[in-house]
Amino acid sequence: MLAPNPTVAPVEQLARSHRLRPLELAPWLVAGASFYVFDIYLPLGAQILINVLFALSLDLILGYAGIVTLGHAAFFGVGAYTVGILAVHGGWAEPLTGLIAAGILAGVLGIVTGLVILRTHGLTLLMLTLAVVFMLYEAANKATHITGGADGLQAFAIDPILGLFRFDLFGRTAYLYTLAVLFIAWAFVRLLVHSPFGRSLTGVRENVTRMHAIGAPVRRRLVTAYAISAALAGIAGGLLAQTTQFVGLNTITFERSGEILIMLILGGVGRLYGAFIGPPLFMIAQDTLAKNEPVFWLFYIGLLLVLVVMFARGGVLGLIDTLWAWFVRRRR
Amino acid sequence: MEAVIAAAVSIVFLGLSYAMILYIVSVGLSVTMGLMGFTNLAHGVFAVAGGYVTLTLMNSHGVPFFAALATAFAVVAAASVILERFLYARLYGASELEQVLFTIGLIFMAVAGAQYVWGPFPQRMQLPDYLRGQISLGFRDFPTYRAFMIVVSLALIALLWFGVERTSFGAQVRAAVDNRRMAQSLGINTGRLFTLTFALGSGLAALGGGLGAEILAIHPAYPIEHLVYFLIVVAVGGLGSLRGPFIAAVLLGVGDTAFKYLVPEFGAFFIYAAMIAVLLWRPAGLFGRG
Repeated sequence: MLAPNPTVAPVEQLARSHRLRPLELAPWLVAGASFYVFDIYLPLGAQILINVLFALSLDLILGYAGIVTLGHAAFFGVGAYTVGILAVHGGWAEPLTGLIAAGILAGVLGIVTGLVILRTHGLTLLMLTLAVVFMLYEAANKATHITGGADGLQAFAIDPILGLFRFDLFGRTAYLYTLAVLFIAWAFVRLLVHSPFGRSLTGVRENVTRMHAIGAPVRRRLVTAYAISAALAGIAGGLLAQTTQFVGLNTITFERSGEILIMLILGGVGRLYGAFIGPPLFMIAQDTLAKNEPVFWLFYIGLLLVLVVMFARGGVLGLIDTLWAWFVRRRR
Repeated sequence: MEAVIAAAVSIVFLGLSYAMILYIVSVGLSVTMGLMGFTNLAHGVFAVAGGYVTLTLMNSHGVPFFAALATAFAVVAAASVILERFLYARLYGASELEQVLFTIGLIFMAVAGAQYVWGPFPQRMQLPDYLRGQISLGFRDFPTYRAFMIVVSLALIALLWFGVERTSFGAQVRAAVDNRRMAQSLGINTGRLFTLTFALGSGLAALGGGLGAEILAIHPAYPIEHLVYFLIVVAVGGLGSLRGPFIAAVLLGVGDTAFKYLVPEFGAFFIYAAMIAVLLWRPAGLFGRG
């Protein structure tokens, strides 16, 4: 995010980084224009926006705090099931409070598991995040009378938003609703990563020993970030449940954790906007390529991962940075 | 009472044969991860590759079981050397995230490749006649194939332990696991050592895949489906150890069989709960350092 700029002192550059740059409005212009231009693809568009939110939540812990997790779908799934179970068994179909409930439950799960998981690191941490998502999958699979088991929770109704806007067949309401939630979440996460709290997360990622030495409450910072990220992932899951009126076991799998990780990597980790670039690229490609040849799609995704790790570790945004730096050097 | 004992004996027997396969496949992963600190999620790819080589040779070319297994070992070990030199070696200093992503990428390519060549369905194994049916161990009968698997695996494990504990090569491996920089300063070529260890571990995984084809069916999604169990063996046992993963594999194999037999409705739930408990008690695994 902070491309070295020789004309500005590093301190000044840091102090400036929180200011809104014009380019940061681009995703919102594109999303807004897509509503009119690609109006027949709005259901796919809402799915993309949901994954952008999910990737953004992952970026907070992976990109900023440096927690490598393969279990982030646990929170996404808990959010989705919260909305589904409330609507099916509790008759609670109001969307905004449903979303808040999804966020709170996922956040609480984030605190509980974070307190346990973040005591460890490396392979052990990776295994514990995997164990959480597998346990929840087993629970959702076996508790058929609550979760519907392998059939999932189907065709539950969600009330109009604020009592005004019905979810329509063309996905207009769903798209705009998702976009609004994403905007609020983005503003919040942006504020967070530029705050002292966000800076201290980056400090933990870069040099945990030094953070301990200067007296930063490392564990508490990590657990807080983990819980916030979990709550955001839960909201993303809740959005999926509300906009598709379906919750299945695939919301809570290791595969979904891996997929969102891939989307984020593709865009660029720890840059806030990688989460806005990876999911659209991945999902549009998947929509066009994977329908006919799912086997080839899997192969290309694997190849792409290997290539990104070997040659483009910053993802698409990293490539743009490299090209830009090269361009600036050429001009001088 | 007799029925309970009979059930317990069955569970231990079936669990042990399962545990042996888990151990043979995972032990190489434990040593290579302990040696280079490389998070290799794609280890199951070598096991399933061994399974495919074994079964293809047996089913389509009529090669005897043992010859097919030996070929699988050689082919997969050789292929892993190429992978290690050209791809893995470039990521030894990389972050854990990059290693995780790279090996997930390898898994995806392997799954897609296997499905393209062999189709989505599990490969059936044509057992040779001498491995079919039951064998009597005095007090009761056991499936011959399972008993054979336990015996062969134990022989392999004895060979492996002898190699690591009693030979000069093994001493070098142990030295490098304990302190890589010290080993390097003593003139041990750790790069070559690692390539050899990696090849040996991958070859063993291939043997495990071929031997265990009746228990862990050989199909494209194998490396994803069993990934967690291989990793549990390594994480619970402790990185860089031979003994730890053995004990972890026995606990996991017998425990998993017991829970699936006694409380099938809870599936693998208890296994994950037990793993969390062990890792919280000893974050570096039962026999891990640090």
